[in-house]
Amino acid sequence: MANTIDVDVVSAEGEIFSGPALMVFVPASEGDIGIAPRHAPLLTLLKAGEVRIQTPDGGEHLIFVGGGVLEIQPRKVTVLADTALRARDIDEAAALAAKQRAEEALKDKVDKISQAEALAELTRAAAQLKLIEKLRKLKG
Amino acid sequence: MAGTKEIRTKIASVRSTQKITKAMQMVATSKMRRAQDRMRLARPYADKMRTVIGHLSAANPDYRHPFMVTRAAKSIGIIVISTDRGLCGGLNANLFKSTLHLMREWQQQGAEVNLCLIGSKGLGFFRRLGLPILANVTHLGDRPHVKDLIGTVKVMLDAYREGRIDRLFLVNAHFVNTMTQQPSVEQLLPVEPVGTADLAEHWDYIYEPSAAGILDGVLMRYIESQVYRGAVENVASEMAARMVAMKAASDNAGKLINELQLIYNKARQAAITKELAEIVGGAAAV
Repeated sequence: MANTIDVDVVSAEGEIFSGPALMVFVPASEGDIGIAPRHAPLLTLLKAGEVRIQTPDGGEHLIFVGGGVLEIQPRKVTVLADTALRARDIDEAAALAAKQRAEEALKDKVDKISQAEALAELTRAAAQLKLIEKLRKLKG
Repeated sequence: MAGTKEIRTKIASVRSTQKITKAMQMVATSKMRRAQDRMRLARPYADKMRTVIGHLSAANPDYRHPFMVTRAAKSIGIIVISTDRGLCGGLNANLFKSTLHLMREWQQQGAEVNLCLIGSKGLGFFRRLGLPILANVTHLGDRPHVKDLIGTVKVMLDAYREGRIDRLFLVNAHFVNTMTQQPSVEQLLPVEPVGTADLAEHWDYIYEPSAAGILDGVLMRYIESQVYRGAVENVASEMAARMVAMKAASDNAGKLINELQLIYNKARQAAITKELAEIVGGAAAV
């Protein structure tokens, strides 16, 4: 079994994949990388994309990640995947929405809250759309 | 005979209440089980995160991320996770009590308190105190998602980065077991030095792009995962508390029905006896 490497793909909401692999491909922030057994220890951030895992039985697993952290230890690869699509603008919109909700809640106006919520939802959706478009451009 | 009819309607109404509480109890039981599963699923991620942070800080002892530096506490932030709905016993009341305790402790030391509220019960309670609420999110449902928490957590992390708060605490109901849930207070920031137990297996990584950038991303995700865990645990606690509360309510309703039934039977028997006595009395008179 010298030619395999243990791979764990976990997200905050659950374990996605765990097992040996011949080769793993991940979308690292500085460019896609392929990891073979005995790769040097590496720590990097991931961007949104596919994690491709080739298993010893000839199968292949494709997992979509929204980003995350990749850790390569001498005998182990760990992908800490984000379940959510994230980019700076999306995070920013979410933060803004949370702030808005708090401000509106303090004003104690029910209809205003729902209005702010709708607005926040809109900004979030818009940001997400932007990201999706960007992703599509990157791929195509 | 007027009394018996009233009692009968009363019994019917208690019985329908009992049906509702029983249904709620069963729903809470199954939801609790699912929430417990999610709690278990969230554990490996947090454990791995902690290991990575441990490796990182062991490999770079000279670099200190702002999240790891302890400053004098002039102002603190508290993330309070409460439930969205009631009918779950004293769960929220206990949670708020320990939050108030924590707040008083820091206020005595001269620190200001900023709040971040998750769940509408907490919002309703803390709004009255007039303290600054930096962020809030409600109606996460029975399956909280990390993506719903990112924004809320980011507000608090930004506040910490900008020096508006010097400590960040997380308060949520800790799920001990089905019968017991305790409020738990946990310090999120600054991140307490993680134990480096596996120093024997120590190596350094190649960092892409830089150790500082990666540490930032890892720490942010770590805090988010902690808050997520808190939210999931709170759901499990809520369901367990509701299950117990609804079981008690159903039992009480059962007792009430028995008592009412007894009164009803007595009243019915009394009416029959009275009628018989009247008939016999009437027959004797003829």
